[in-house]
Amino acid sequence: MSDNHSVIGRSVPRIDGPEKVSGAAKYTGDLKFPNMLYGKILTSPHAHARILSIDTSEAERLPGVKAVITHKDVPTLKYGLSPARWDESIFCSDKVRFVGDKVAAVACLDEDTCYKALKLIKVEYEVLPAALDFLHAMDEGQPQVHEEYARNINTEIHQEFGDVAKALAEAHHVRTDTFVGQRTYQSPIEPHSAISMWDAEKLTIYSSTQSPHYFQHYIAREFDMPMGDVRIIKPYLGGGFGGKLEPTGLEFAGAVLAKLTGRPVRTFYDRAEMFAHNRGRHAQYMEITTGVDKNGKILAAKANFLMDGGAYTSLGIASAYYAGALLPLTYEFDNYQFDMFRVYTNLPACGAQRGHGAPQPKYAFESHLDNVAADLGIDPMDIRIINARRPNTVTPNDFRVNSCKIKECLERVRVMSDWDEKKKNLPLGRGIGVATGSFVTGAGYPIYRTDLPHAAAFIKVCEDGTAATLYTGSVDIGQGSDTVLCQMAAEAMGYRYEQMKIVAADTEITPLDFGAYASRQTYMSGAAVKQAGEEVKRQILEMASVMLGLPADDLDCDDGKIFSKSRNGKSLSFEEVARKHFVLRGPLLGRGSYTPPKLGGSFKGAAVGTSPAYSFGAQVGEVAIDEETGEITVVGIWDVHDCGKVINPRLLHGQVHGALYMGMGEAVWEEVLFDDKGRIKNAELANYRLLTALDMPPITSEVVDSYEPSGPWGVKEVGEGATNPTLGMFSNAIFDAMGVRVNSLPLSYEKVWRALKEKREREEDAGRERDAKRGAGAPRETDAATQPVYATPS
Amino acid sequence: MAQAITDKDGVKRYLITLNVNGDVHTVLVKGNAILTNVLRDQLDLTGTKKGCELGDCGSCTVLLDGKPVDSCLVLAVEADGRRITTIEGVAENGRLDAIQQSMINHAAVQCGYCTPGMVLSAKALLTRNPHPSEQEVREAISGNLCRCTGYVHIVEAVLATAQGRVTPDDH
Repeated sequence: MSDNHSVIGRSVPRIDGPEKVSGAAKYTGDLKFPNMLYGKILTSPHAHARILSIDTSEAERLPGVKAVITHKDVPTLKYGLSPARWDESIFCSDKVRFVGDKVAAVACLDEDTCYKALKLIKVEYEVLPAALDFLHAMDEGQPQVHEEYARNINTEIHQEFGDVAKALAEAHHVRTDTFVGQRTYQSPIEPHSAISMWDAEKLTIYSSTQSPHYFQHYIAREFDMPMGDVRIIKPYLGGGFGGKLEPTGLEFAGAVLAKLTGRPVRTFYDRAEMFAHNRGRHAQYMEITTGVDKNGKILAAKANFLMDGGAYTSLGIASAYYAGALLPLTYEFDNYQFDMFRVYTNLPACGAQRGHGAPQPKYAFESHLDNVAADLGIDPMDIRIINARRPNTVTPNDFRVNSCKIKECLERVRVMSDWDEKKKNLPLGRGIGVATGSFVTGAGYPIYRTDLPHAAAFIKVCEDGTAATLYTGSVDIGQGSDTVLCQMAAEAMGYRYEQMKIVAADTEITPLDFGAYASRQTYMSGAAVKQAGEEVKRQILEMASVMLGLPADDLDCDDGKIFSKSRNGKSLSFEEVARKHFVLRGPLLGRGSYTPPKLGGSFKGAAVGTSPAYSFGAQVGEVAIDEETGEITVVGIWDVHDCGKVINPRLLHGQVHGALYMGMGEAVWEEVLFDDKGRIKNAELANYRLLTALDMPPITSEVVDSYEPSGPWGVKEVGEGATNPTLGMFSNAIFDAMGVRVNSLPLSYEKVWRALKEKREREEDAGRERDAKRGAGAPRETDAATQPVYATPS
Repeated sequence: MAQAITDKDGVKRYLITLNVNGDVHTVLVKGNAILTNVLRDQLDLTGTKKGCELGDCGSCTVLLDGKPVDSCLVLAVEADGRRITTIEGVAENGRLDAIQQSMINHAAVQCGYCTPGMVLSAKALLTRNPHPSEQEVREAISGNLCRCTGYVHIVEAVLATAQGRVTPDDH
């Protein structure tokens, strides 16, 4: 591919860098408005209870309290993110369904008064038995979380492609493994907050949101307002990772409190409330069966999953479909069956966390594939290369894959990590593991049904041409989309990045964009931005054509200079042409929008997992295990990605590092824990352990040369995909080091230690049996040490 | 001890003097007011972030007499008369400090929420130890949680600053 680009492909500094390093960057919680009140939400202390009465009178009498609201003061319309299951209310009226469910809210002069007022609200509960174990939530006689969903079934999926039974019957080897994935939480460092205010009938909310558009849509729906009367503004955002994708009680209750008091109200979560609101990774039971031929080629795969949805749907229907839909991406096979139940429990609701639905099934499948490879005596790298998907193929569930360099990723990471040498020579206690991943480059269909474009952009060139402002509804949540989109705008215009400005994520000013989820913005928002930039460039060249007396198609514009392609000498600056355009033809504007093509098959759930392009990647990790303690030391990680054309290499590798970091946490350390009353035991960062700088191993991140024909300049996603291989990679490295398979996440030191202990005990038993058979003094065989041990999920 | 004033409800407040980034402020605070909130709410220095209010995340890091502390674990009355540096005081006369420039150039900033605390911890390290090893850098910022970067570019940025180069080769 031609790499004749002036602006894209360069590690330009972030456009928001100076504001962020100097402390000037304002996040939602940093904003203050005259006359502003503070609002807090009262939540349920019980996992499941009937509300008998709520008495707010004492709270209302407390000086400094300006409003107290309950279900009687708010719309009763149920909301949610997945339209098929709107099941959440602003406040509970009949019963509460998890510890943290919303019951009432207050608006006060200051934060201290809020906490005092919350304590004065008297709620009388009748505590009900709670469904806390998702593995048994569908059993007869379990408490019903929602009366209208029998056996607590929230989502049920049964899909089959090809003929799985036949393929398994014909397979050389069939194997089944089961795994369990744990609940994790996104844990962005910025807590959620929202500031709501009304101007007559117009509602404005500053919010820590990943999608101003979805907030605008759902808030307008809830309050029965025209969308145009709801303005959502995203100031700087301190990380989301999927946890800030949907409107919360902060926006809904905040809007009502602001309306009742006629004053701006800032509502916010503290760290424990963030954990309770949750929407993190589902816990999941995963049974995987594959049949392979004698070379390890996969002939068929079956995935039978059960997911803990928590008390509400959130985006969980999509999570449930994604869990199975994305499994057939990295490896080619024709026969595939996917069965899933997502069940309600009386625990916080789960939703979309980085890599939405994919990382845990990938952990299960990649661990399982290494077990299959061990059964057949095939190198784990080889079994992946044998099965690697090729470009221009279609998955059994009808996803069209254009560019795909998973094989090249595997081959490169094999060399980078010195795989073959280490595989042969690493001593017991040291191990190396490989896993692959793939992810959507934006969802093929919106979250709610609409025919609106997925992204749009404007560019306004300053009247003297010395600056251009990009207007986009896209959302920089830290991943750097503001920077990358400005690079893309400048490239398309033939302009300079250094002269770009950006206005983003304000529904009243910026054009529609669905926001930061499903790894969509560089591709989808970028496609709209490219079109807008090209429209500016076309007008610039037309104006220059008049000024130079040369045909427009002989002119080009690059790095802020307009020049003739056929003759030397004649050139104009972008600035002088832009100014002339403004004088003679009016404001110089460019517009663009992007709608994905129709994608996917026609079976139930066919839309989830469709995407115009898929990223691919392979990771190798090397670990050292302390046999006495089970402690895992990560020696190094090597990541190779196929993410299409790279717009900003440093930002891209930053995404890989961050995704890997999150994956590492999920693999070994992070887990949301509950007590027997459904209360979170570690709703703070001392015991929900995010890795520190001391915990991070050396990471080497590379990309393969890749071009996605459907994307602007050939781009694909990277932000989420790099989380997908990591969990399985750790599982496989531990397996390689010790010959034990830990079948549940996190792969904690304790579980590794227990698995090693079980293995030792088995070996000792086997040794005693042999000794008994052969008589005392016979030499001990050591072959037991090389036999893998598979621990059962706990 | 700072002068105390009791209001009509019997709540006692203390008149304290904070030297923040060289500016001297006299403020009235409750005994249980944490330094983070006084900086943010009373002095409008919102560059000091709040992430957990338990001393776990390090977003609220400020320098107290040159030493990095979680300002959410410091009572405002404890800071009476002491020298405080917040992120707003790191750049001088609008010129970014080398560590700030290095953080930008190395793409060590993503969402930016941990960045003020990270910059201050790194600044304190480089002041007391101008040539730290990688391990020393990791130790110095280990109280500052970052959920975005995996710390890779942050560590690079701090080490590069110590070596007197704030721009990476691939820039």
